[in-house]
Amino acid sequence: MRIGANLVIGGTLFALVVIAGVLAPWLAHTDPVMDANLMNAEEPPGGAFWFGTDAQGRDIYSRVLYGARISLTVGIVSQLINTVIGVCLGLSAGYWGGWWDDFVSGLTNLVLAIPSLIFALALMAILTPGLTSLLIALGLTNWSFTCRLARASALSLKSQGYVQAAKVLGYGDVRIMVTQLLPNMLGPIIVIGTLGMGGAVLAEAALSFLGLGIRPPFPSWGSMLSDARDQITTAPWISIFPGLAIFITVLGLNLLGDGLRDILDPQGRAGKA
Amino acid sequence: MGSCGAIIMAEPAPETILKVEDLAVHFPVGGYFRGRRSLPAVDGVDLELKKGECLGVVGESGCGKSTLALSILGLQAPTRGRILLDGHEVGAGMDRMARARIAQLVFQDPYSSLNPRQTVRATLATPLRLHGMTDDGEIDARIAAMLAQVGLRPEHAARYPHEFSGGQRQRIGIARALILRPKVVLLDEPVSALDVSIRAQIINLLLELKDAFRLSYIMISHDLGVVEHMSDRVAVMYLGRVVETGPWETIFTRPRHPYTRALIAAIPDPFGRTRGVKVTGEVPNPLDPPTGCSFHPRCPEARAICRERPAPGLEALGADHLVRCRRAAELAA
Amino acid sequence: MSAAPLLQVDDLRIDLALGDERFAAVQDVSFSIGRGETFGLVGESGCGKSITALALIGLLRPPLRLAGGTVRLDGREIQSLRAAEMRRLRGKRISMIFQEPMTALNPVSPVGRQIAEMFVLHEGATWQEAERRAVEALASVRVAAPERRAKDYPHQLSGGMRQRVMIAIALACSPDLLLADEPTTALDVTVQAEILDLVRDLCAAKGTAVLMISHDLGLIANACRRVGVMYAGRIVETRAAEEVFRAPSHPYTSGLVASLPLLGARAKEGRRRLKEIAGVVPSVAGFPHGCRFHPRCGRASDLCREDDPGPTPLPGDGLVRCHHHG
Repeated sequence: MRIGANLVIGGTLFALVVIAGVLAPWLAHTDPVMDANLMNAEEPPGGAFWFGTDAQGRDIYSRVLYGARISLTVGIVSQLINTVIGVCLGLSAGYWGGWWDDFVSGLTNLVLAIPSLIFALALMAILTPGLTSLLIALGLTNWSFTCRLARASALSLKSQGYVQAAKVLGYGDVRIMVTQLLPNMLGPIIVIGTLGMGGAVLAEAALSFLGLGIRPPFPSWGSMLSDARDQITTAPWISIFPGLAIFITVLGLNLLGDGLRDILDPQGRAGKA
Repeated sequence: MGSCGAIIMAEPAPETILKVEDLAVHFPVGGYFRGRRSLPAVDGVDLELKKGECLGVVGESGCGKSTLALSILGLQAPTRGRILLDGHEVGAGMDRMARARIAQLVFQDPYSSLNPRQTVRATLATPLRLHGMTDDGEIDARIAAMLAQVGLRPEHAARYPHEFSGGQRQRIGIARALILRPKVVLLDEPVSALDVSIRAQIINLLLELKDAFRLSYIMISHDLGVVEHMSDRVAVMYLGRVVETGPWETIFTRPRHPYTRALIAAIPDPFGRTRGVKVTGEVPNPLDPPTGCSFHPRCPEARAICRERPAPGLEALGADHLVRCRRAAELAA
Repeated sequence: MSAAPLLQVDDLRIDLALGDERFAAVQDVSFSIGRGETFGLVGESGCGKSITALALIGLLRPPLRLAGGTVRLDGREIQSLRAAEMRRLRGKRISMIFQEPMTALNPVSPVGRQIAEMFVLHEGATWQEAERRAVEALASVRVAAPERRAKDYPHQLSGGMRQRVMIAIALACSPDLLLADEPTTALDVTVQAEILDLVRDLCAAKGTAVLMISHDLGLIANACRRVGVMYAGRIVETRAAEEVFRAPSHPYTSGLVASLPLLGARAKEGRRRLKEIAGVVPSVAGFPHGCRFHPRCGRASDLCREDDPGPTPLPGDGLVRCHHHG
């Protein structure tokens, strides 16, 4: 199995973020929301506060750790929703063709024409801000690439002999789609999914920055950046650390996606034939 | 029906296991509005397959043999006519599961006909489970027996397709086609994609299995040598129609339709002997077929009447030998 | 009096790089083709016949590499010519036609123009004159209404027509040698026969020698005067075409002849069980040690397992590589 540098580096970075988020209650020094002491406001990094404190005197290190939870939840769950919607629509559209394919393709084109962030923004404006709404908004707006990919894969795979063989053996349509087509298109879909997670993390940061995502005082990296707007020159550490966290997470996910793409084709999976 | 006893019957004629009656499959081509025409891939075909027989279907591109195969398997709805498999009509009425238990298919390309993500066991076990077999022991026994029958070993069941050679993959494909114990097997160019030195293995295997399981084959092939070797009867197709059909020996030693003769003449003889008159030109576009008999532009025996009037239906020229040609009787004399 | 051969190939070796390793895909291949002669190379997938042809015309690309041997065209060595010199030879002295005309023709250029290019490039003709000669070339490959067909694009033509266009391009400048790699495999049976007849007639008229490559032993025996049978990167037998089927010498050749269902055989002798050749065709990375055919050979002995047989001359300008031939 060719395990390239991408997979190792990306995997490590992603693993770090996951550990940070999962073990936040133990790794953090303070409660990210409650422990706010104005006496400690805007302390530079050092001493008890590894990453310094923000304008409310909260420990940035602890907030970054807890922020990882939010970012990971958003990234993973919303991308899961995207993938499920995209695969269901794309796979069935490619396989069945006809009017259903025309309908799904039209819908996909429509959604693709609207920038996904704006779309999510609009949805968030309607729904009450919060984690659940964020998941719904991001989950419902970013499925078009996966759908396109699933449809293209279904179109090329359905003419393979083994799909026809399954039909001749009496398999029903749904069984064919799930057992014959889906396993053979997972590779690219997983890659897109991983890359999409990075996009979701960025989207969450952007939405929270605009005040439409996670509302303060919850420690979302995006809202932390938003809070730090006024202190960029006077206390840069308040923006640097959440920004760095976003950067590392998205970079890790992108590298992981590339690395997965390298090993996820059938020949590579079994090693040299 | 029969009364008691004393009637001494002759060996009963083999029953017909597949009957195709006036089958036509027309594909709509062109846009949604204007210019919508009809492509007659199969244009009125009558065929009969008897139990235990191998019927070879030969023809070049555009003759409709693939569409014919798909129709028999129920994968292509006919525009006209009907197909009777073991007495049941194939079509909207027939349950796909029942049809799967009667007719199966062996594919041309061993490299794309197996799911790369399934082990051999999974490929063979899933159809059994789908058709109601639940006991794991029974399933494993059936798989082991089938693998042995096609010349593979039990340990091969745990492997993936890419671990096998082309010939072995074709054996797996044959095992899959036979696992449900069908009565009719369609062979779509079963050895064309295989290396020449292993074709004999698969041809011999197919003939052995036919006898062992009392199967009936419809073999589609462009390789006349293979067709002659394996078939009991042969049907020659041109542009969606059967132009000649009969026992293999008749077709290959006394062909009567000019197209059949041309096909045979076109095969290069290793000893440099000629086999007859070759034809020129190419298969015409089925959307724009010639007037009258569809073969007349290329036919060395064509006369004015062949251009003006369509070729008649299949006419008997001898016992069990049918030819669709206006001049067949004349030419045979 | 024997004239010097047009093409003389000696000890050709082609290497294939797989990962870090290097395998000899073709080794010790030697043969010659006389002026105007038709020579056939026959073998299965992976035997090296196609890459041998590519080596002759200088079209090998990495991971394939010409690793040894000489190729002499009219006495002059051409295997190590520089790219520019080889380009001058291609089309003018050596030409090639391929199995899939659709991929060999330029899809966005009318076929007449593609033929005309040959005259402009190699004979310095003007475009006007070249297009006129292109129409003549189309007529010579028996295309009806050549002036109109010359304006068509490849996708508007049928498979057989495209193959004729490819032949017209290849023979436009009357090369000395034509390499034909499975030229009829993708065509219908009746069209195959026509194309083979066309190649034979045109090359006879122009005095062009032909190296025909195919996996179909019957086709090669019919179309060629001499045949070279390749297996696992080596030529195992070279014979006159009529001898190959009548009295094959190498066990692989005789195995093939016995395993093929020949048209007319059943009518004469009844249906006999085809004689199988055991085993599978070896791949480049796994050529057996000693004689490459020994794992599948009924005559294999200990000597065969150890020692790769050298060429033994046979009467009638033939050659066989086998310890137990005949």
